[in-house]
Amino acid sequence: MEIRSEVSDFGATAYIRGEIDHHNAKEAREALDSIIARMRPQSFRLDLSGVSFCDSSGLGLVMGRMRKCNEIGSTLILQNPSEAALRMLSIAGMDKIIKIERGV
Amino acid sequence: MRDKTVNMMKLEFFAKSANEAFARSAVASFAAQCDPSVSAVADIKTAVSEAVTNSIVHGYSDISDKSECPIYIVCKLLESKRLIIKIKDRGRGIEDIDKAMQPLFTTDTDGERSGMGFTVMQSFCDGIKVCSKVGKGTTVTLEKRLDCR
Repeated sequence: MEIRSEVSDFGATAYIRGEIDHHNAKEAREALDSIIARMRPQSFRLDLSGVSFCDSSGLGLVMGRMRKCNEIGSTLILQNPSEAALRMLSIAGMDKIIKIERGV
Repeated sequence: MRDKTVNMMKLEFFAKSANEAFARSAVASFAAQCDPSVSAVADIKTAVSEAVTNSIVHGYSDISDKSECPIYIVCKLLESKRLIIKIKDRGRGIEDIDKAMQPLFTTDTDGERSGMGFTVMQSFCDGIKVCSKVGKGTTVTLEKRLDCR
């Protein structure tokens, strides 16, 4: 799994590539929380287009980051979720409660 | 009529998180012999990942030396193109299985577990059976019809 991030006028965007499971969720959590704490972006975009596998650890990762963003008054936006990510989000009904942007 | 087992495999590994990817890939590779659809393979990988993660995170949560924490997987491919996957640990067991299987239920306190593991297994498989004994361990049996091409 790889994470890279970029900052723009709209806020910060982090791109996750590869598999999200319990084994690597901790590394992802630390990387994303460090971006959120450092940049305190108004909106934080999480690009999931490169996610090839995602189990419920990925759900926990997204739920936890949503909470972190809320705590600092930021908004979490999911960007271009892959099929693997989207089917996991929809099982938990999270595709209804988190803003998702496609075709970005 | 008896559903004949046409193939079988067994795995045993330590309850280390690095083995989650190994376990789901191994089961998916075993299933690949009857050319299942891409989505069936994705379902199997996700369900196996959930069960193995549960054993690691919950079953053996109180044991630090993971070399004393085995996880066993037995896969059987039946003549009717059904895959039976049995995932077993010798961990602490589940006190209340019905409660553990409720969506969003988790014993996790740091808010990083979604509590959706069993819901995902139920959604992605055609059958699930959970047997558990406190202090003895848990066995999750998953059944998946392989809509072979």
